[in-house]
Amino acid sequence: MISSKPLITDPIIEVRDLVKRYGDFAAVDGVSFAVPAGSIFGFLGPNGAGKTTIVKMLTTVLRPTGGSISINGYDPAHAQRRVRESFGIVFQDSSLDSELTALENLELHGVLYGVPSGIRRRRMGELLNLVELWDRRNAFVKTFSGGMKRRLEIARALLHEPPIIFLDEPTIGLDPQTRNHIWQYIQTLNTERHITVFFTTHYMDEADRVANEVAIIDRGKIVSRGSPDAIKAQVQAATLEDAFISLTGEAMRTEEGSSLDQMRALGKAWGRR
Amino acid sequence: MKVIYILCLRQIKRYLRARARMIGSLGQPLLFLLAMGFGFGPIFQKAGGGNYIQFLAPGIVIMGILFTAVFSGIEVIWDRQFGFLKETLVAPVSRLHIALGRTLGGAVVAFIQGLVVLGICLLVGFRIEAIAWLPIALLVMFISAVLFAAIGTAIGSVLEDMQAFPLIMNFLVMPLFFLSGALFPMKGLPRPLILAMEWNPVTYAVNGLRGAFAHSPLTGVGGDLVVLLVVTGALVSLSAYLFSRIEL
Repeated sequence: MISSKPLITDPIIEVRDLVKRYGDFAAVDGVSFAVPAGSIFGFLGPNGAGKTTIVKMLTTVLRPTGGSISINGYDPAHAQRRVRESFGIVFQDSSLDSELTALENLELHGVLYGVPSGIRRRRMGELLNLVELWDRRNAFVKTFSGGMKRRLEIARALLHEPPIIFLDEPTIGLDPQTRNHIWQYIQTLNTERHITVFFTTHYMDEADRVANEVAIIDRGKIVSRGSPDAIKAQVQAATLEDAFISLTGEAMRTEEGSSLDQMRALGKAWGRR
Repeated sequence: MKVIYILCLRQIKRYLRARARMIGSLGQPLLFLLAMGFGFGPIFQKAGGGNYIQFLAPGIVIMGILFTAVFSGIEVIWDRQFGFLKETLVAPVSRLHIALGRTLGGAVVAFIQGLVVLGICLLVGFRIEAIAWLPIALLVMFISAVLFAAIGTAIGSVLEDMQAFPLIMNFLVMPLFFLSGALFPMKGLPRPLILAMEWNPVTYAVNGLRGAFAHSPLTGVGGDLVVLLVVTGALVSLSAYLFSRIEL
Protein backbone atom coordinates (compact mmCIF):
# COMPACT_ATOMS: atom_id res chain seq x y z
CA MET A 1 0.00 0.00 0.00
CA ILE A 2 1.22 3.45 -0.88
CA SER A 3 1.42 5.68 2.14
CA SER A 4 -0.28 8.98 1.45
CA LYS A 5 2.01 11.88 2.12
CA PRO A 6 0.36 14.44 4.36
CA LEU A 7 0.11 17.87 2.79
CA ILE A 8 1.47 19.59 5.86
CA THR A 9 4.71 18.15 7.18
CA ASP A 10 7.71 19.22 9.23
CA PRO A 11 8.28 22.88 9.99
CA ILE A 12 10.19 24.68 7.23
CA ILE A 13 10.56 27.81 9.35
CA GLU A 14 11.39 27.48 13.02
CA VAL A 15 11.99 30.38 15.37
CA ARG A 16 12.99 30.04 19.02
CA ASP A 17 13.20 32.79 21.65
CA LEU A 18 13.96 35.40 19.02
CA VAL A 19 15.01 38.78 20.46
CA LYS A 20 15.90 42.07 18.83
CA ARG A 21 16.86 44.98 21.06
CA TYR A 22 17.59 48.59 20.19
CA GLY A 23 19.27 49.89 23.32
CA ASP A 24 16.80 49.25 26.15
CA PHE A 25 13.87 48.78 23.81
CA ALA A 26 12.99 45.20 22.83
CA ALA A 27 11.30 45.38 19.42
CA VAL A 28 11.04 41.59 19.42
CA ASP A 29 10.91 40.02 22.86
CA GLY A 30 11.34 36.25 22.92
CA VAL A 31 9.24 35.06 19.98
CA SER A 32 8.90 31.36 19.12
CA PHE A 33 6.85 29.73 16.37
CA ALA A 34 7.02 27.13 13.64
CA VAL A 35 5.63 27.19 10.11
CA PRO A 36 4.77 23.77 8.63
CA ALA A 37 6.08 23.15 5.11
CA GLY A 38 3.44 23.72 2.47
CA SER A 39 1.21 25.85 4.66
CA ILE A 40 -0.05 29.41 4.39
CA PHE A 41 0.99 31.16 7.57
CA GLY A 42 -0.39 34.57 8.52
CA PHE A 43 1.55 36.84 10.82
CA LEU A 44 -0.72 39.48 12.29
CA GLY A 45 -0.21 42.43 14.57
CA PRO A 46 -0.86 46.15 14.99
CA ASN A 47 1.54 48.77 13.63
CA GLY A 48 4.86 48.68 15.40
CA ALA A 49 4.21 45.23 16.91
CA GLY A 50 7.46 43.85 15.50
CA LYS A 51 6.20 42.08 12.36
CA THR A 52 8.55 43.73 9.91
CA THR A 53 11.49 43.40 12.29
CA ILE A 54 10.88 39.64 12.45
CA VAL A 55 10.53 39.37 8.67
CA LYS A 56 13.84 41.24 8.32
CA MET A 57 15.56 38.81 10.67
CA LEU A 58 14.06 35.78 8.92
CA THR A 59 15.26 37.11 5.58
CA THR A 60 18.87 37.77 6.72
CA VAL A 61 18.87 41.56 6.43
CA LEU A 62 18.87 42.19 10.16
CA ARG A 63 20.92 40.37 12.80
CA PRO A 64 18.96 39.17 15.85
CA THR A 65 20.16 40.08 19.34
CA GLY A 66 19.33 36.57 20.55
CA GLY A 67 17.47 33.34 19.83
CA SER A 68 17.64 30.96 16.90
CA ILE A 69 16.15 30.81 13.42
CA SER A 70 15.97 27.90 11.01
CA ILE A 71 14.85 28.45 7.40
CA ASN A 72 14.57 25.37 5.21
CA GLY A 73 16.97 23.68 7.64
CA TYR A 74 19.59 26.44 7.53
CA ASP A 75 20.65 28.96 10.13
CA PRO A 76 20.87 32.53 8.75
CA ALA A 77 23.80 33.26 11.05
CA HIS A 78 25.96 30.54 9.51
CA ALA A 79 24.50 29.65 6.12
CA GLN A 80 23.33 33.02 4.90
CA ARG A 81 23.56 32.15 1.23
CA ARG A 82 21.61 28.88 1.63
CA VAL A 83 18.90 30.75 3.50
CA ARG A 84 18.75 33.42 0.80
CA GLU A 85 18.38 30.78 -1.90
CA SER A 86 15.49 29.26 0.04
CA PHE A 87 13.05 32.13 -0.15
CA GLY A 88 11.53 34.72 -2.40
CA ILE A 89 10.26 37.92 -0.87
CA VAL A 90 7.79 40.65 -1.67
CA PHE A 91 8.57 43.64 0.51
CA GLN A 92 5.98 46.04 1.83
CA ASP A 93 7.30 48.82 -0.43
CA SER A 94 8.23 48.17 -4.02
CA SER A 95 11.80 47.02 -4.53
CA LEU A 96 11.66 47.09 -8.31
CA ASP A 97 13.89 49.33 -10.39
CA SER A 98 11.33 51.64 -11.95
CA GLU A 99 13.77 52.83 -14.65
CA LEU A 100 13.95 49.30 -16.03
CA THR A 101 11.29 47.30 -17.88
CA ALA A 102 9.38 44.37 -16.37
CA LEU A 103 11.56 41.89 -18.27
CA GLU A 104 14.78 43.66 -17.29
CA ASN A 105 13.79 43.50 -13.63
CA LEU A 106 13.15 39.77 -13.90
CA GLU A 107 16.35 39.25 -15.87
CA LEU A 108 18.40 41.01 -13.22
CA HIS A 109 16.81 38.90 -10.49
CA GLY A 110 17.52 35.72 -12.46
CA VAL A 111 21.19 36.61 -12.81
CA LEU A 112 21.47 37.55 -9.12
CA TYR A 113 20.01 34.15 -8.18
CA GLY A 114 22.11 32.23 -10.72
CA VAL A 115 19.18 30.91 -12.78
CA PRO A 116 20.65 29.64 -16.09
CA SER A 117 19.60 31.78 -19.06
CA GLY A 118 17.51 29.14 -20.89
CA ILE A 119 15.46 28.28 -17.79
CA ARG A 120 15.31 31.96 -16.92
CA ARG A 121 13.71 32.87 -20.22
CA ARG A 122 11.11 30.10 -20.00
CA ARG A 123 10.14 30.90 -16.40
CA MET A 124 9.99 34.63 -17.10
CA GLY A 125 7.36 33.92 -19.76
CA GLU A 126 5.39 31.53 -17.52
CA LEU A 127 5.39 33.85 -14.55
CA LEU A 128 4.50 36.98 -16.50
CA ASN A 129 1.55 35.05 -17.93
CA LEU A 130 0.56 33.88 -14.47
CA VAL A 131 0.41 37.44 -13.10
CA GLU A 132 -1.11 38.69 -16.39
CA LEU A 133 1.69 41.09 -17.27
CA TRP A 134 3.05 39.43 -20.41
CA ASP A 135 1.60 42.20 -22.60
CA ARG A 136 3.45 44.80 -20.56
CA ARG A 137 6.77 42.97 -20.44
CA ASN A 138 8.70 45.69 -22.27
CA ALA A 139 7.07 48.63 -20.48
CA PHE A 140 9.02 50.60 -17.88
CA VAL A 141 7.99 49.75 -14.34
CA LYS A 142 7.50 53.45 -13.59
CA THR A 143 4.41 53.32 -15.81
CA PHE A 144 2.88 50.49 -13.72
CA SER A 145 0.05 50.88 -11.21
CA GLY A 146 0.50 49.75 -7.59
CA GLY A 147 -1.28 46.47 -8.28
CA MET A 148 0.80 45.73 -11.37
CA LYS A 149 4.01 46.38 -9.45
CA ARG A 150 2.91 44.02 -6.71
CA ARG A 151 2.09 41.33 -9.27
CA LEU A 152 5.46 41.77 -10.94
CA GLU A 153 7.19 41.49 -7.57
CA ILE A 154 5.37 38.24 -6.87
CA ALA A 155 6.49 36.90 -10.25
CA ARG A 156 10.05 38.02 -9.55
CA ALA A 157 10.10 36.42 -6.09
CA LEU A 158 9.21 33.07 -7.70
CA LEU A 159 11.73 33.16 -10.54
CA HIS A 160 14.32 31.08 -8.71
CA GLU A 161 11.62 28.61 -7.54
CA PRO A 162 12.15 28.98 -3.80
CA PRO A 163 10.38 26.63 -1.36
CA ILE A 164 9.27 29.62 0.76
CA ILE A 165 7.80 32.98 -0.17
CA PHE A 166 7.61 35.89 2.27
CA LEU A 167 4.94 38.50 1.62
CA ASP A 168 5.06 41.61 3.80
CA GLU A 169 1.61 43.24 3.54
CA PRO A 170 1.10 41.95 -0.01
CA THR A 171 -2.28 43.59 -0.52
CA ILE A 172 -1.83 46.91 1.28
CA GLY A 173 -3.06 49.89 -0.72
CA LEU A 174 -4.75 47.79 -3.42
CA ASP A 175 -8.38 47.76 -4.47
CA PRO A 176 -10.54 44.73 -3.51
CA GLN A 177 -10.43 43.30 -7.06
CA THR A 178 -6.65 43.32 -7.18
CA ARG A 179 -6.44 41.94 -3.66
CA ASN A 180 -8.63 39.03 -4.67
CA HIS A 181 -6.50 38.35 -7.72
CA ILE A 182 -3.30 38.43 -5.73
CA TRP A 183 -4.62 35.92 -3.22
CA GLN A 184 -5.74 33.71 -6.06
CA TYR A 185 -2.20 33.60 -7.48
CA ILE A 186 -0.80 32.91 -4.05
CA GLN A 187 -3.25 30.12 -3.32
CA THR A 188 -2.58 28.59 -6.73
CA LEU A 189 1.14 28.59 -6.01
CA ASN A 190 0.57 27.03 -2.63
CA THR A 191 -1.63 24.21 -3.89
CA GLU A 192 0.12 23.55 -7.22
CA ARG A 193 3.75 24.10 -6.31
CA HIS A 194 3.55 23.45 -2.57
CA ILE A 195 5.29 26.71 -1.80
CA THR A 196 5.16 27.69 1.86
CA VAL A 197 3.63 31.14 2.16
CA PHE A 198 4.51 33.42 5.07
CA PHE A 199 2.61 36.69 5.02
CA THR A 200 1.90 39.65 7.24
CA THR A 201 -1.26 41.67 6.92
CA HIS A 202 -3.63 44.13 8.51
CA TYR A 203 -6.65 42.69 6.76
CA MET A 204 -8.10 40.14 9.15
CA ASP A 205 -10.73 38.92 6.70
CA GLU A 206 -7.97 37.95 4.27
CA ALA A 207 -6.02 36.14 6.94
CA ASP A 208 -9.18 34.34 8.04
CA ARG A 209 -9.91 33.25 4.48
CA VAL A 210 -6.51 32.08 3.27
CA ALA A 211 -4.30 31.18 6.23
CA ASN A 212 -4.02 27.63 7.57
CA GLU A 213 -2.46 29.05 10.66
CA VAL A 214 -1.89 32.49 12.13
CA ALA A 215 0.18 34.02 14.88
CA ILE A 216 -0.83 37.33 16.47
CA ILE A 217 2.00 39.48 17.75
CA ASP A 218 1.80 42.55 19.95
CA ARG A 219 4.52 44.63 21.58
CA GLY A 220 7.19 42.19 20.45
CA LYS A 221 5.50 39.09 21.87
CA ILE A 222 3.22 36.45 20.40
CA VAL A 223 -0.17 36.70 22.10
CA SER A 224 -1.95 33.91 20.24
CA ARG A 225 -1.24 31.15 17.73
CA GLY A 226 -3.23 28.54 15.87
CA SER A 227 -5.79 28.14 13.09
CA PRO A 228 -8.07 31.15 12.59
CA ASP A 229 -10.99 29.09 13.95
CA ALA A 230 -9.05 28.06 17.03
CA ILE A 231 -8.13 31.66 17.76
CA LYS A 232 -11.72 32.82 17.35
CA ALA A 233 -12.83 30.03 19.69
CA GLN A 234 -10.15 30.93 22.22
CA VAL A 235 -11.60 34.40 22.83
CA GLN A 236 -15.15 33.54 21.73
CA ALA A 237 -15.16 36.07 18.91
CA ALA A 238 -17.32 35.90 15.80
CA THR A 239 -14.63 37.14 13.42
CA LEU A 240 -10.87 37.12 13.40
CA GLU A 241 -10.96 40.91 13.55
CA ASP A 242 -12.90 40.82 16.84
CA ALA A 243 -10.48 38.22 18.16
CA PHE A 244 -7.56 40.39 17.10
CA ILE A 245 -8.93 43.44 18.89
CA SER A 246 -9.75 41.52 22.03
CA LEU A 247 -6.19 40.12 22.07
CA THR A 248 -4.31 43.32 21.27
CA GLY A 249 -6.56 45.97 22.82
CA GLU A 250 -8.48 48.93 21.45
CA ALA A 251 -5.74 51.54 21.59
CA MET A 252 -4.50 52.94 18.31
CA ARG A 253 -0.86 52.54 17.38
CA THR A 254 1.23 54.97 15.47
CA GLU A 255 3.79 54.01 12.94
CA GLU A 256 5.72 57.24 13.35
CA GLY A 257 8.59 57.03 15.79
CA SER A 258 8.82 59.44 18.72
CA SER A 259 11.09 62.44 18.38
CA LEU A 260 13.69 60.41 20.26
CA ASP A 261 13.54 57.68 17.60
CA GLN A 262 13.95 60.30 14.92
CA MET A 263 16.99 61.69 16.70
CA ARG A 264 18.42 58.18 16.81
CA ALA A 265 17.75 57.70 13.13
CA LEU A 266 19.48 60.98 12.39
CA GLY A 267 22.44 59.96 14.53
CA LYS A 268 22.60 56.69 12.64
CA ALA A 269 22.47 58.55 9.34
CA TRP A 270 25.52 60.48 10.42
CA GLY A 271 27.49 57.32 10.76
CA ARG A 272 27.12 56.47 14.44
CA ARG A 273 26.19 52.89 13.83
CA MET B 1 31.36 37.98 -12.51
CA LYS B 2 27.90 37.91 -14.11
CA VAL B 3 26.52 39.69 -11.06
CA ILE B 4 29.06 42.49 -11.40
CA TYR B 5 28.26 42.73 -15.10
CA ILE B 6 24.48 42.89 -14.73
CA LEU B 7 24.63 45.56 -12.00
CA CYS B 8 27.08 47.54 -14.09
CA LEU B 9 24.77 47.24 -17.09
CA ARG B 10 21.82 48.39 -14.98
CA GLN B 11 23.58 51.63 -14.13
CA ILE B 12 24.62 52.31 -17.70
CA LYS B 13 21.02 51.76 -18.88
CA ARG B 14 19.71 54.08 -16.19
CA TYR B 15 22.23 56.73 -17.17
CA LEU B 16 21.53 56.53 -20.88
CA ARG B 17 17.77 56.68 -20.25
CA ALA B 18 17.98 59.72 -17.98
CA ARG B 19 18.94 62.24 -20.66
CA ALA B 20 17.93 65.17 -18.50
CA ARG B 21 20.32 64.10 -15.77
CA MET B 22 23.10 63.60 -18.30
CA ILE B 23 22.68 67.08 -19.73
CA GLY B 24 22.11 68.60 -16.29
CA SER B 25 25.36 67.25 -14.96
CA LEU B 26 27.19 68.77 -17.93
CA GLY B 27 26.08 72.23 -16.81
CA GLN B 28 28.57 72.73 -14.04
CA PRO B 29 31.73 71.68 -15.89
CA LEU B 30 30.59 73.72 -18.87
CA LEU B 31 30.06 76.80 -16.73
CA PHE B 32 33.50 76.47 -15.19
CA LEU B 33 35.12 75.85 -18.53
CA LEU B 34 33.55 78.84 -20.24
CA ALA B 35 33.40 81.36 -17.38
CA MET B 36 36.80 80.57 -15.91
CA GLY B 37 38.48 79.66 -19.17
CA PHE B 38 37.56 82.82 -20.98
CA GLY B 39 37.29 85.03 -17.90
CA PHE B 40 40.70 84.32 -16.43
CA GLY B 41 42.40 83.45 -19.72
CA PRO B 42 43.94 86.88 -20.38
CA ILE B 43 45.20 87.29 -16.78
CA PHE B 44 46.71 83.80 -16.82
CA GLN B 45 48.44 84.58 -20.10
CA LYS B 46 49.81 87.92 -18.81
CA ALA B 47 51.15 86.22 -15.70
CA GLY B 48 53.15 83.93 -17.95
CA GLY B 49 51.06 80.79 -17.42
CA GLY B 50 50.42 80.22 -21.12
CA ASN B 51 47.08 79.28 -22.64
CA TYR B 52 44.57 78.93 -19.78
CA ILE B 53 42.12 76.64 -21.66
CA GLN B 54 45.08 74.30 -22.26
CA PHE B 55 45.73 74.34 -18.50
CA LEU B 56 42.09 74.20 -17.40
CA ALA B 57 40.57 71.57 -19.71
CA PRO B 58 42.06 68.44 -18.04
CA GLY B 59 40.84 69.77 -14.69
CA ILE B 60 37.33 70.25 -16.07
CA VAL B 61 37.30 66.73 -17.52
CA ILE B 62 38.24 65.39 -14.09
CA MET B 63 35.55 67.60 -12.56
CA GLY B 64 32.92 66.03 -14.83
CA ILE B 65 34.14 62.57 -13.83
CA LEU B 66 34.33 63.45 -10.13
CA PHE B 67 30.78 64.79 -9.89
CA THR B 68 29.15 62.06 -11.96
CA ALA B 69 31.06 59.26 -10.23
CA VAL B 70 30.39 60.42 -6.68
CA PHE B 71 26.70 60.88 -7.44
CA SER B 72 26.45 57.50 -9.14
CA GLY B 73 27.94 55.98 -6.01
CA ILE B 74 25.53 57.88 -3.83
CA GLU B 75 22.68 56.27 -5.77
CA VAL B 76 22.94 53.61 -3.06
CA ILE B 77 20.91 56.07 -0.96
CA TRP B 78 18.25 56.45 -3.65
CA ASP B 79 18.08 52.70 -4.06
CA ARG B 80 17.67 52.42 -0.32
CA GLN B 81 14.80 54.91 -0.33
CA PHE B 82 13.11 53.57 -3.44
CA GLY B 83 13.56 49.99 -2.33
CA PHE B 84 15.71 48.41 -5.03
CA LEU B 85 18.63 48.03 -2.62
CA LYS B 86 16.65 45.39 -0.69
CA GLU B 87 16.35 43.26 -3.81
CA THR B 88 20.13 43.06 -4.09
CA LEU B 89 20.75 42.69 -0.36
CA VAL B 90 18.62 39.55 0.05
CA ALA B 91 20.07 37.90 -3.07
CA PRO B 92 22.37 34.90 -2.52
CA VAL B 93 25.45 36.67 -3.84
CA SER B 94 28.41 38.17 -2.05
CA ARG B 95 28.05 41.79 -1.04
CA LEU B 96 31.55 42.34 -2.37
CA HIS B 97 30.32 41.55 -5.89
CA ILE B 98 27.33 43.83 -5.49
CA ALA B 99 29.52 46.68 -4.24
CA LEU B 100 32.00 46.13 -7.09
CA GLY B 101 29.20 46.05 -9.65
CA ARG B 102 27.80 49.31 -8.35
CA THR B 103 31.17 51.02 -8.21
CA LEU B 104 32.19 49.85 -11.67
CA GLY B 105 28.82 50.83 -13.10
CA GLY B 106 29.18 54.31 -11.63
CA ALA B 107 32.73 54.48 -12.97
CA VAL B 108 31.71 53.56 -16.52
CA VAL B 109 28.95 56.16 -16.45
CA ALA B 110 31.38 58.81 -15.15
CA PHE B 111 33.96 57.83 -17.75
CA ILE B 112 31.41 58.35 -20.53
CA GLN B 113 30.55 61.71 -18.99
CA GLY B 114 34.27 62.55 -18.95
CA LEU B 115 34.51 61.77 -22.66
CA VAL B 116 31.58 64.08 -23.36
CA VAL B 117 33.26 66.89 -21.37
CA LEU B 118 36.52 66.24 -23.22
CA GLY B 119 34.64 66.57 -26.50
CA ILE B 120 33.26 69.94 -25.41
CA CYS B 121 36.74 71.08 -24.36
CA LEU B 122 38.05 70.21 -27.82
CA LEU B 123 35.21 72.23 -29.33
CA VAL B 124 36.16 75.38 -27.41
CA GLY B 125 39.79 75.20 -28.43
CA PHE B 126 41.59 72.64 -26.26
CA ARG B 127 44.35 70.81 -28.15
CA ILE B 128 45.70 67.37 -27.22
CA GLU B 129 49.44 67.81 -27.71
CA ALA B 130 50.46 64.17 -27.46
CA ILE B 131 47.95 62.03 -29.41
CA ALA B 132 50.14 58.95 -28.90
CA TRP B 133 49.58 59.30 -25.17
CA LEU B 134 45.80 59.34 -25.51
CA PRO B 135 45.44 55.75 -24.21
CA ILE B 136 47.32 56.79 -21.06
CA ALA B 137 45.03 59.79 -20.71
CA LEU B 138 41.96 57.54 -21.03
CA LEU B 139 43.46 55.17 -18.46
CA VAL B 140 43.92 58.05 -16.00
CA MET B 141 40.31 59.07 -16.63
CA PHE B 142 38.99 55.56 -16.02
CA ILE B 143 41.00 54.87 -12.86
CA SER B 144 39.93 58.25 -11.51
CA ALA B 145 36.32 57.35 -12.28
CA VAL B 146 36.64 54.10 -10.29
CA LEU B 147 38.26 55.99 -7.40
CA PHE B 148 35.54 58.63 -7.22
CA ALA B 149 32.73 56.09 -7.66
CA ALA B 150 34.19 54.13 -4.72
CA ILE B 151 34.03 57.31 -2.61
CA GLY B 152 30.36 57.60 -3.60
CA THR B 153 29.60 53.97 -2.77
CA ALA B 154 31.32 54.34 0.60
CA ILE B 155 29.31 57.47 1.47
CA GLY B 156 26.08 55.95 0.19
CA SER B 157 26.62 52.86 2.35
CA VAL B 158 26.97 54.88 5.54
CA LEU B 159 24.20 57.45 5.05
CA GLU B 160 20.53 56.53 5.21
CA ASP B 161 18.90 59.46 3.48
CA MET B 162 19.60 62.44 1.30
CA GLN B 163 19.53 64.99 4.14
CA ALA B 164 23.31 65.07 4.22
CA PHE B 165 23.54 65.64 0.49
CA PRO B 166 24.40 69.39 0.62
CA LEU B 167 27.05 68.58 3.19
CA ILE B 168 28.72 66.05 0.93
CA MET B 169 28.60 68.57 -1.86
CA ASN B 170 29.99 71.50 0.12
CA PHE B 171 32.42 69.78 2.45
CA LEU B 172 33.70 66.97 0.30
CA VAL B 173 33.14 67.18 -3.44
CA MET B 174 33.71 70.92 -3.87
CA PRO B 175 36.85 71.06 -1.69
CA LEU B 176 38.23 67.97 -3.46
CA PHE B 177 37.77 69.79 -6.73
CA PHE B 178 38.99 73.26 -5.70
CA LEU B 179 42.06 71.88 -3.90
CA SER B 180 43.18 69.73 -6.80
CA GLY B 181 45.06 72.19 -8.93
CA ALA B 182 42.33 71.95 -11.56
CA LEU B 183 41.88 75.72 -11.65
CA PHE B 184 45.28 77.12 -10.66
CA PRO B 185 48.88 75.90 -10.54
CA MET B 186 50.23 74.68 -7.23
CA LYS B 187 53.48 76.61 -7.16
CA GLY B 188 53.79 79.67 -4.94
CA LEU B 189 50.77 78.82 -2.77
CA PRO B 190 50.79 78.96 1.07
CA ARG B 191 52.20 75.85 2.66
CA PRO B 192 48.95 74.53 4.27
CA LEU B 193 47.18 74.77 0.93
CA ILE B 194 49.93 72.86 -0.82
CA LEU B 195 49.79 70.22 1.90
CA ALA B 196 46.02 69.82 1.47
CA MET B 197 46.50 69.49 -2.26
CA GLU B 198 49.23 66.90 -1.89
CA TRP B 199 46.89 64.74 0.22
CA ASN B 200 44.04 65.06 -2.25
CA PRO B 201 43.76 62.15 -4.71
CA VAL B 202 41.99 64.41 -7.21
CA THR B 203 45.27 66.35 -7.53
CA TYR B 204 46.93 63.26 -8.97
CA ALA B 205 44.05 62.68 -11.36
CA VAL B 206 44.25 66.26 -12.66
CA ASN B 207 48.02 66.26 -12.82
CA GLY B 208 48.15 62.84 -14.45
CA LEU B 209 45.64 63.79 -17.10
CA ARG B 210 47.36 67.11 -17.78
CA GLY B 211 50.67 65.31 -18.15
CA ALA B 212 49.24 62.65 -20.43
CA PHE B 213 47.63 65.19 -22.73
CA ALA B 214 50.77 67.30 -22.93
CA HIS B 215 53.27 64.46 -22.60
CA SER B 216 55.43 66.73 -20.56
CA PRO B 217 58.27 64.79 -18.90
CA LEU B 218 58.13 67.14 -15.90
CA THR B 219 54.69 66.02 -14.80
CA GLY B 220 55.53 62.39 -14.06
CA VAL B 221 52.36 60.64 -15.22
CA GLY B 222 53.73 57.30 -14.00
CA GLY B 223 53.95 58.50 -10.42
CA ASP B 224 50.42 59.91 -10.59
CA LEU B 225 49.13 56.61 -11.91
CA VAL B 226 50.76 54.70 -9.07
CA VAL B 227 49.20 57.02 -6.47
CA LEU B 228 45.82 56.74 -8.16
CA LEU B 229 45.98 52.96 -8.32
CA VAL B 230 46.94 52.60 -4.66
CA VAL B 231 44.25 55.01 -3.45
CA THR B 232 41.68 53.38 -5.74
CA GLY B 233 42.52 49.95 -4.33
CA ALA B 234 42.15 51.21 -0.78
CA LEU B 235 38.88 53.05 -1.44
CA VAL B 236 37.29 50.19 -3.38
CA SER B 237 38.08 47.89 -0.44
CA LEU B 238 36.71 50.41 2.06
CA SER B 239 33.53 50.93 0.05
CA ALA B 240 32.99 47.17 -0.32
CA TYR B 241 33.48 46.75 3.44
CA LEU B 242 31.05 49.54 4.31
CA PHE B 243 28.54 48.22 1.79
CA SER B 244 28.73 44.73 3.28
CA ARG B 245 27.72 46.14 6.66
CA ILE B 246 24.45 47.69 5.48
CA GLU B 247 21.42 46.55 7.46
CA LEU B 248 17.92 47.48 6.47
